[in-house]
Parts: sequence; structure tokens; C-alpha cells
Amino acid sequence: MSPIENVSRRDFLHGGVFAAGALVLGVRFSPSLLIADALPHDTHVDLATFHPSAFVGINPDGTVWIVAHRSEMGTTIRTSLPLVVAEDLDADWNRVKIEQAIGDKRYGDQNTDGSHSIRSFYDVMRAAGATARLMLIQAAAQQWNVPAAECESELHVVVHRSTNQRAGYGELAAAAAKLPVPAKEDLKFKLKSAWRYVGKGEVSYDIEALVTGKAIYGMDARIDGMVYASVERPPVLGGKAKSYDDKEALKVAGVRQTIPIDPFQPPPAFQPLGGIAVIADNTWAAFQGRKKLNISWDNGPNETYDSAAYKNELRETSHKPCKVVRNVGDADAAFTKGGKIYEADYYVPLLAHATMEPLVALAEFKDGKVTAWAPTQNPQAAQDIIAKELGIAKEDVICHVTLLGGGFGRKSKPDYVAEAAVLSKKVGRPVKVVWTREDDIKFDYYNAVASMYMKAALGADGKPTAWLQRSVFPPITSTFDVNAVYGDPGHLQQGWLDIPYDLPNLRIENGPAKAHVRIGWLRSVANIYHGFAVQCFTDELAIAAGRDQVDYLLDLIGQPRTIDFTGVDYPNYGASMQTYPWETGRLRHVTEMVAEKSGWGKRQHSKGSGVGIAAHRSFLTYVATVVEVEVNDQGEVRIPRVDTVLDAGLVVNPEATRAQFEGAAVFGTSIVRSGEITATKGTIRQSNFQDYPVARIGDAPLQTNVYIVESDAPPAGVGEPGVPPFVAAFCNAVFAATGKRVRDLPFTSLGFS
Amino acid sequence: MIQLKVNGADQSFSGTPEMPLLWYLRDVLGLTGSKFGCGIGLCGACTVHVNGQATRSCVTAMSDAAGKEITTVEGLNKNGLHPVQKAWLQINVPQCGYCQVGQMMQAVALLNSNKKPTDQQIEDAMAGNICRCGTYQRIRAAIKTAAGEMA
Repeated sequence: MSPIENVSRRDFLHGGVFAAGALVLGVRFSPSLLIADALPHDTHVDLATFHPSAFVGINPDGTVWIVAHRSEMGTTIRTSLPLVVAEDLDADWNRVKIEQAIGDKRYGDQNTDGSHSIRSFYDVMRAAGATARLMLIQAAAQQWNVPAAECESELHVVVHRSTNQRAGYGELAAAAAKLPVPAKEDLKFKLKSAWRYVGKGEVSYDIEALVTGKAIYGMDARIDGMVYASVERPPVLGGKAKSYDDKEALKVAGVRQTIPIDPFQPPPAFQPLGGIAVIADNTWAAFQGRKKLNISWDNGPNETYDSAAYKNELRETSHKPCKVVRNVGDADAAFTKGGKIYEADYYVPLLAHATMEPLVALAEFKDGKVTAWAPTQNPQAAQDIIAKELGIAKEDVICHVTLLGGGFGRKSKPDYVAEAAVLSKKVGRPVKVVWTREDDIKFDYYNAVASMYMKAALGADGKPTAWLQRSVFPPITSTFDVNAVYGDPGHLQQGWLDIPYDLPNLRIENGPAKAHVRIGWLRSVANIYHGFAVQCFTDELAIAAGRDQVDYLLDLIGQPRTIDFTGVDYPNYGASMQTYPWETGRLRHVTEMVAEKSGWGKRQHSKGSGVGIAAHRSFLTYVATVVEVEVNDQGEVRIPRVDTVLDAGLVVNPEATRAQFEGAAVFGTSIVRSGEITATKGTIRQSNFQDYPVARIGDAPLQTNVYIVESDAPPAGVGEPGVPPFVAAFCNAVFAATGKRVRDLPFTSLGFS
Repeated sequence: MIQLKVNGADQSFSGTPEMPLLWYLRDVLGLTGSKFGCGIGLCGACTVHVNGQATRSCVTAMSDAAGKEITTVEGLNKNGLHPVQKAWLQINVPQCGYCQVGQMMQAVALLNSNKKPTDQQIEDAMAGNICRCGTYQRIRAAIKTAAGEMA
């Protein structure tokens, strides 16, 4: 199918400049702009002649509407989940239209993070498709007066072969709508051999809109009568404005008024940060007016926060006994028995998301209700916080989901959507809040700064006889609980509790750290710092033992087995251990395969060149990555090649998956090269891409080769798992090329660039 | 009153002459294809053509756009897709897509001045355009594909 036809279908349907691209709204349009006048239940799917579930509807013209209830931020999920419906519906993808869901609990979880959209909804989508297909077959059988068991589907048509009768899905829609919805046990799913879409994939439903500039992101949403807002927020978390003078701001052409926003009540959660908003006729005027505000701040207790001192605190904590979160054997006893002891400290700073689209949201408060349009990963959370801030019912908040210009976890925290709603109520008009890049960098929910202490004793054969690892980081839970200082199982599980090595003596600990900024989740989350420490320390030990890194890594992983987490609080990313056991054989396999694909040990590396390897499971997906680097005499690092192998079980959309792993290598490149947020006196020092650089074209890997393991295992995540092994393999490659061990990120502290 | 041409049409602007062209295009004309990414010319998401030159519209004041011909993605090719857009489709470049209009406007300007850029020339020309999703290797491939089409 050509994507050009794909978009023209949508143009035909909606018309108008705002509707021409990505389908922004899950509701009807007013003739002029994006005004939504519909209730949550009033979707194209619901309005379809035949709509056996909230996810799929069919009209007499044969159009199949499928709801995408997850947010599209570049993973192609808006296409991939509807593809699963189309598969078991046996629908013609050319006749499918995708409708973006608003936030609505009837769709189940909509928080598009944690790399679990396919995993959590694969079965739901299959059932939605199979249910509709069975009912269409039953409707045809009734019309033809033949047993339903003799009828079958054939790409948008039901056929009865012996009587040579055929009826299109559209023709059958009205009759199917009168039938009872069948029980789940009666559903028949297509055999894998008959799959058209799953495992083969499709390009993004929106791709032509994306390359023509017609796609509508949150930044592009507009409705009649809206005004623009830019907010000067307290520079230190928990601070508040003591007083402010807006005389000069109000003189700026286009500025209408200023409005204070209340400071949040701790914990911050998703509340607006507070501050002074400038309301104006256009974005630029709002920005300019804001620069003229004169505000006196009370910074509050976080004014003492300083990143350099904090790093030392974390490190000191990690050098003392901490809370034991997993124990095997007796590591302390083994350490006293001799063997050569190795110790290392690893450190990863605060990281910002820096999505290309800065945060933005549009909201209208009218007649006691709110309608919002936002590039959000979590529209139901947006409903919740808006309802709470405005003292209205959640049901009185409609949150439309636009396309997202990047998400990476930041846009699942809807503080910015709440700002728009709060301001709209005060202004009495629709308000679009636009964050500057500086706002985005300075008021993030940062990935935690973390210090990891690693210790191992190597026996005569070079293998560890004892292993101790301690991590200390301010936990994400601190954003929701002012007293939280220890890592929770949801984040300790990430590449830490589940170190995959077959070790006789292992102790894993976690130490306390108090947060002074909002801590949140960023693509791969705690796996970033945990995977970095574990996989780079492994590389150190391999070299200490005089072993080839791949052989050593395989030795440590050991024979294929299922890791036993008895007595360990290991959530397994919310999945059951029966369905998604931790299988070391799969980690072995990707490691062996990446060694082969990358030509490990077979290629000659000139001076200043080298390769590194790392293997890591996250979000239930097994990944191994080899990175090749070239480093010149000035310490300038190039990445000519990356090979990465993933086993994510069943992969619905291989092309989109390859893209995710190519992108993960670039995301990891930014973390290693330049990712660092620091604070002085509680204020974030970075502000924009000059002091928070992210990888540019020449910094990124020249070529990332992605290999997907063929598997019938249940589907796992693909958005995040590529980052952690890349980060470690990159640093290991730098060591191979230069002999310099990267233990602190970013690697600029060692003179690399 | 500032006079300029946007995608071939005459326009006049009576607002603040310091207003960047980006916000005039987006907020006044409603041409939202050009994106706001950094506001200081560091990311390239706002790239448009000013008299054929790739230009960061977020740091181009309206007073500097006076009398100029502005081309945005909306006016890139009125008769279907530009070869660069076709190449972007063929290589399946975009992920979130937010930066891609700026990337393509930069690539079009490159190929207009250099029919067959080398790898290094591509890298140099595209160094000012950030893609946080990390589509760079596909951007390189798409530019080469487009160069072949336009040759």
C-alpha cells in the first residue's frame, strides 16, 4: 500500500487544513477549527453501524475504524496495534481508518510508557478483531442460511465456498450489529501461516502527513479565541514568588495580562510548579512579556542543592553498607577468602528528556468542564490532575491526544496540561501554554543521578567468587512521596536485582538519597545507570582476567536457566514470571549472535579503534550490542558501526522495531557524549542545546545494523531496551580503543568529545 | 508595514518588526509545518528558505524578512511531493517526525546547491538539524536517494 493513498483517504474523509494530516481528535470537528463538541463515547468507532467493542467499528461502505488508544511519539504504535486488530479481523489495511482515542478509562491503561503497549494489548487487539470477524461470518451465514462453520473470511469479505456466495464486510455490517457479541471461548484466531500484517509490519499510518508538514502536534493545535501563555516558574523546586512587578511586561505589544499560578503542595507529582504566567495574543509576545517580569522568589529548602556535593554524598553512601535487596550465598565471607579484589565506582548524572517538541498544551475551561488538547503519553493522568486542580469531576475533563514530537517519558507527566487548564479557568478563554526549550531543560522530571559501587573477587580461573553491588539514587517515588529515599522494586528490578550471572556469592544493595528536583522516568530509566555499571564492570573484570570479553560474558551468564527470584521483590515489569521468565539462554543467544554478526575477534582494529560489547535484558527483551569506535589524538570519538541483536519475542512491526533500535543507539550516544544536568544552589544550570547538547548527525553512529531474533515467545518491549546495552558497549569500546575506562558519564570528564 | 512573499503569495505584516519569522508563519499565518524547537537557531526544526537559502526562522526577525521570498514546507512543491519528500517516504525516515520538516528543508537547500554531495558534505550541511529520535542514518540514505532522483 502506498502511503500517498493512505493520506488521501483521510483528506477525503475530513477535509480542511487541520484535519488533513494526522487525525488529531477522536471526535468530530467544527467546520472552522478543532472545537470538539462530542462526549467521550461519541467516536467514529461508536458511531459506526457495527461496533462490537470500543476498538473497532465497520460502516456499510466497508470502512473499518480502529481506535488507537496509545500515544504516538515516534514508535509507530498508532499503526502497530491497529494492525493487530486488522490481522484478526482479516481486514484490508487500505480500508482501515485510525482514530486517536481521547483519555477514557474504558480503553484500559493509556499511559504509553514502559515499552508495554504491544505486550499489554496484543491479546486485547486480537480479540477485538476476531470478535468482529466472527460476527460478520455469523451474519453472512444467517443471510445465506448455511452453517457459520462453513463460512470463512477472505480479506474484507466473507465467503461460503460450496455455494460460491460472497459478501463484503460493509454489506454485512448492519446485520452483524444485531447479533450478540460472542464469548471469548468461541473466538478463532488466524493461524500464523495466514498472517498478512503481524510480523511483516506497515509504515506509519501518518507518514505522508509527517513529511508534508500536515501532521498536527500539540504545538500545532489551535482553536478559536485562544490566547497564548508563557510561565516564569520558580527556579528552585518548591520555591514561590514573594512578589512580582508586571508593569514592563504589560507594556509589551500583544501582552494581555499576567496571572500567578499557585505553588504546588508537596509532593510535586503532576501539579503545576507555580509561577507567573504571561498571557498574550501570540507565542512571541508571551515570551517577550515574560522577560520583562520582575519577580522576587522565595527559593525554599532546595536552595542548598549542589550537584558536585551531591555526587560526593551519593558516593560516600555507596561505600557503606546499605539495604540488602538480594542475596545469594555469603559475599562477605567469600571476600575474606582471598582472590584478587576489584572495585569501581560508576556514576551517571541527572538526564533531561529534551523532546524535540517542547512541552505545550491547549485547554479550554467552559461551563465547569475542561477540554484539553495535548501531546501527552498519559491522557487519563491529565484528566486526573486537571480534575484535581480545578475541583471538578474527572468525567468533566476531555483530553484529546495530538501527535507527540517525542516523548521519552516526559510527556507521561501532565503538569503542563494542568497549567493550561488552570490558566484557562482564570483567563476565561482557551489557553495554549508553550514551554520554551529553556523551560523544558530546567523544569524536567529528570532521570535520577546515580552512583554505583561495584566489588568483585576473582578466583584463580578469573571468574568472580563474590560480587557486591550498591546503587544509590534519588528514587522516582520521591516525586509522589516526600519521604521516599530508597529505590522501589519497580526501579531496582531494572538491570540491578536481575544481574544475569551465575554467581555463587552475590549481594545487591541500595542506599538512600533525598531528591531535590523532580525525579522521573526517561527512556530505559534505571536500566541506563544499572546496565552501564554492570556491563562496564564486567568488561573490566574480563580484561583483569585476561579473557576475551565475549567468552567471559558468556561464562558469567552461564548455562541456559531460568533465574530464580525466590525471596526477591522482582516485579518483572508487571508481567507474570510464568509467561515471561528470565531466561539466560536467550541472553546468551543474542550475545553469541551479535558476536557473529559484528565479526567479533575476526576484524583487525587499527590504533585508536576498538570494539566493545554489552548484553542486557530490559522491558522483557534481551539485547546484545557491539559498538565500534575510532578515537583520534584529540580524543574526538566517531562511531562507524553498531551491531545489535534483540529477542523481543513476537515482533509485530519489524521495520518500526529496527527504527527504534537505530534511534536507541543515538539516544545512548547523547547520554555517553554529553548528557548531564547539574544544579547550583538548587537551580538547574543548563538551558538549551548549547549546554545540554544531544547527538547531531556527525556524533551519531554512521551505521546501526539491527537483527531481530525469530521467536514465538510472547511479545516484549522494543522502545527502550536498545539504550542500556548501547551505553555500556560504547564505553567498553572507548576503553578498547584508548585504554581509558569511562566510569563517569558523560565521558567529557576524560577529555573525550 | 513589512511586505514579503510567503510560498508565492504577497503578505504584509504590521506587528512588531522584531518578531521572528517562525512565529509570524505559525501564529499569524497558521502555517504550522515549520516547528519551534529551541528558539535560538540551534536545532533546525524551524528551517525555511529565505530567497532559496536554508534559514532558521526562529532567529530571523520580520524586519530581516522584509522584501524576501519565503518558502515553507507548505509551499515546497505544489504539484505533489518534492523528490526529497519522496525519498523520506521511501526510506521511512520519520519517527516522531517533529524535526523532519526542518531536516527536509535543509536537505532541499543542500541538493539545490550541490547535486551530488559527499558523505562529509551531507554531514556538514545537516549538522545544524537535531533529531532526538535518532533517524540520522536514514536521513543520510534519503538524501542520497533524493540526489539520485534529482540528478
